[in-house]
Amino acid sequence: MGNEMIETMDRDETMEREFDFEIVMGIEVHAELHTKSKIFCGCTTEFGGEQNTHVCPVCLGLPGVLPVLNRQVVNYAMKAGLALNCEIAEFSKFDRKNYFYPDLPKAYQISQYDLPIAKDGHIEIEAGGKKKRIGITRVHMEEDAGKLVHGGAANLAGAEYSLADYNRTGVPLIEIVSEPDIRSIEEAIAYLGQLKAILEYTEVSDCKMEQGSLRCDANVSLRPWGQKEFGVRAELKNMNSFKALQRALEYEIERQAEILREGGAVVQETRMWDEAKGMTISLRSKEEAHDYRYFPDPDLVPLVISREWVDKVRQTLPELPQARRVRLVQSYGLPEYDAGIIVGSKAMADYFDAACAAYAIAVPAGTEADSKGQERAKQISNYLMGELTRFLNASEKGFQDSPISPDNLVGLLRLLEEGTISTKIAKTVFEEMFATGKAAKTVVEEKGLVQISDEGAIAAVIRDILAANPAVVADYKAGKEKAMGFLVGQAMKATKGKANPGLVNKLLKEELAKM
Amino acid sequence: MKLYTKTAHELHDLLVRKEVSATDLVKAQAERMQALEPKIQAFVTPTVDKALEQAALVDAKIVAGEAIGPLEGVPMAIKDNMCTDGVRTTCSSKILENFVPPYDATVVTKLKEAGAIMMGKTNLDEFAMGSSTENSGFFTTRNPWDTERVPGGSSGGSAASVAAGQAVFSLGSDTGGSIRQPAAFCGVVGLKPTYGAVSRFGLIAFASSLDQIGPFTRDVRDCALVMNAIAGHDAKDSTSAPVDFPDYTSLLGKSIKGWRVGLPKEYFGDGIDPEVRAVIEKAVKTIESLGAEVAECSLPHTEYALPVYYLLAPAEASSNLARYDGVRYGYRSESADDLISMFKKTRAEGFGDEVKRRIMLGTYALSSGYYDAYYLKALKVRTLIKNDFDQAFEKFDCILSPTTPSVAFKFGDRTDNPLQMYLSDVFTLSVNLAGIPGLSINAGFANGMPVGLQIIGKAFDEARLLQIAHAYEEATGCHSRMPELGV
Ligand SMILES: [Zn+2]
Repeated sequence: MGNEMIETMDRDETMEREFDFEIVMGIEVHAELHTKSKIFCGCTTEFGGEQNTHVCPVCLGLPGVLPVLNRQVVNYAMKAGLALNCEIAEFSKFDRKNYFYPDLPKAYQISQYDLPIAKDGHIEIEAGGKKKRIGITRVHMEEDAGKLVHGGAANLAGAEYSLADYNRTGVPLIEIVSEPDIRSIEEAIAYLGQLKAILEYTEVSDCKMEQGSLRCDANVSLRPWGQKEFGVRAELKNMNSFKALQRALEYEIERQAEILREGGAVVQETRMWDEAKGMTISLRSKEEAHDYRYFPDPDLVPLVISREWVDKVRQTLPELPQARRVRLVQSYGLPEYDAGIIVGSKAMADYFDAACAAYAIAVPAGTEADSKGQERAKQISNYLMGELTRFLNASEKGFQDSPISPDNLVGLLRLLEEGTISTKIAKTVFEEMFATGKAAKTVVEEKGLVQISDEGAIAAVIRDILAANPAVVADYKAGKEKAMGFLVGQAMKATKGKANPGLVNKLLKEELAKM
Repeated sequence: MKLYTKTAHELHDLLVRKEVSATDLVKAQAERMQALEPKIQAFVTPTVDKALEQAALVDAKIVAGEAIGPLEGVPMAIKDNMCTDGVRTTCSSKILENFVPPYDATVVTKLKEAGAIMMGKTNLDEFAMGSSTENSGFFTTRNPWDTERVPGGSSGGSAASVAAGQAVFSLGSDTGGSIRQPAAFCGVVGLKPTYGAVSRFGLIAFASSLDQIGPFTRDVRDCALVMNAIAGHDAKDSTSAPVDFPDYTSLLGKSIKGWRVGLPKEYFGDGIDPEVRAVIEKAVKTIESLGAEVAECSLPHTEYALPVYYLLAPAEASSNLARYDGVRYGYRSESADDLISMFKKTRAEGFGDEVKRRIMLGTYALSSGYYDAYYLKALKVRTLIKNDFDQAFEKFDCILSPTTPSVAFKFGDRTDNPLQMYLSDVFTLSVNLAGIPGLSINAGFANGMPVGLQIIGKAFDEARLLQIAHAYEEATGCHSRMPELGV
């Protein structure tokens, strides 16, 4: 399901060479795992909190303390690895990455070096209307460092003093490293989006980029079309949103292209994306690159993972975005576009499925809903992608905390389907439902918004209007089409918009014909 | 009654019979300790006031007729690289001179629970790096048998305090021989347990894969009693072994008849002081006379132990000691004007020469381009050394050797030549590389100085090592001799 082989796109043939170089990118993503406690101690991982309150001797690396691995971290890392189609290592270990920085209490970070927990995976992305497979080199576990708070300035430069906050030290991370398979900015964005969706679906990370729980670095190089060897790359750091990734890549690609066009050589270095300046800035070159002096951490025994353990974790894997998208298209006939948008957010996709269930159109995977069901599913989709998304965005809410429950949305759709309310009234009802959380029926009853489809009642209203507007009737008779619009409007106004507009039109024409 | 000559189990009997109180004991011990400190200088931080408070609690228990444990009320000392809640823990380094941990090492917790009373924190070679306690950042501890001589290292303070009768027992740590070598030099019992048998939580790390905490005692029974208190799995230490731990006294007094004892030919070559050799040969005869069969064995990779050790231990140390950067606690240089110079100056001013030497060695061994040639190669040879022991223990119950090639040397004798200093640990460090237990007991004397006999066993075989050591002790009685200190 959704895992059929997808031919890797041959970019030479299919991509327009509007750009003079081929872009080669690999992306490294750090995701904070959604555990309650830190990776090597019992401290909370809760975001924020007063500085240095979520700490203990262990995560502070005080003399004499020892790390003890949190088993839940391994479960989550494994789950992510499996969701990314990786092999899970039966034997892996933790290593020390040694470097000095005030936010790193032990002056080394415990990470995984040559034996990561997961490797050799892939995910499928869609960019530019084409599907493509991006290789996942590895997934490894590590601890986060602390954070420096600079006094009197936003950055170290210009700061009068700097304080260290260690609340974040020891928060468990996984680092997901892609193969250098990414060939365009669009693919990079799609890759990050797909990865984020997978991590959200598996619930291993909350992926809040604004809180730093999902962070992205990219290796970028250019090469002349047709060249096999990679160009010299720069590593870009500090891109904390999709927009930042896009802008940083645009800047960096152009920067490198300019150097190459002028016959220069790109320098291998680490560069930082400066959001405020809108440019990448050199941090350090290859010459001054760190020698991290990795070696196995003697305080932690190697991690041995049994097949049973892997199987147990595998059983907790949910339906992943790719599979879900295929199911939405197959079962409900949703357009690929709709399905793509919906599965892009787990909360939205869950909402969609809940609504289908409420509408009694849910079908098991691999089967198709009938045409009525498909019609209803499309209705749901329209509302999710349109009205509901708009309202949620405006009130900065997600689908998981939508004031309109899937049940209530379906209630509204049923009233529409039955003709109890008009599309126009539905808008009013929707607004009220969003504001109050009430059921559609309740809103309609409370506000007396039931559509008037009683021909006799409408005819009576129409007769009154025609009697009161002889001049307009005369205009209509004289061939002024606009007059008709005015009369319809009057009828709707008289019924407070509740009259069935189709009936109003029909009866009006009939009455006028009689005159 | 000279209380300071008594062992823990003897004192326990006195306490139970109410012939002395715990307060009497602590007072007598404090008096002894203070009288000898000018001569021995074993303690970095005495904790007598706290000890008296604790003693009062034990006495209340005794008066109330409650049963007391075998170490309850017994005065002891702790090497100053084990964290003690609220009591400064310095590693005898300027860089940690004012560090007061907010927690106890697991061994300290366990001994507190057992009711033992800490008299103070003992001196060591800075960060446990050295073989003479001359590398202490503060002062040098002296050998109670001859104050012109070193007590050994790095647990020199702990060994000397027990030998001089300043504490009934003490804890040391052993990375390459730092319990056994000073035990031999000071004529007391010193045990380096199997790696993983005693929790390292709270032990300020030197080389994590080699460090192990163990006891110094006056006799073998005390050693077993202290092991009963401190050994065991600890959830705070991932490398601590989740196995069943025996009652270490259970085999004491049992015959060693039929034991197969190996003498590694590589340990009996040139380089052993003839006087030491004579004492050890005599000791071996005694063991034989107790019914053991003695035969030569081989540990073919012995010659690589020293280089392997001096690659691995400094490598780990360079990383373990990186946290002393002046950012959060401990010493910070006052002359620094930016971050990098703060790191550099703090470490330059805070660490002594030996520590710096090892940090540099270790940093080099781990650096890219040299890692494979040094660190990785050393790891492989370590496995070969371990295999040597595994093979030997297929044939032998235990292995005997001198603990050190000579008796305690005089101050300054070897400080100018670090390499020669390193050689004083040559018989002990293979045991750390293999992760197996090694016990040093007093085998006798050469020119008035104690000679250590090392008994090596397979992993978690401490109870049997204590059994054979106890048999030797019973047969010779040389453990009961104490140095004349004129106090
Ligand atoms: Zn913590």
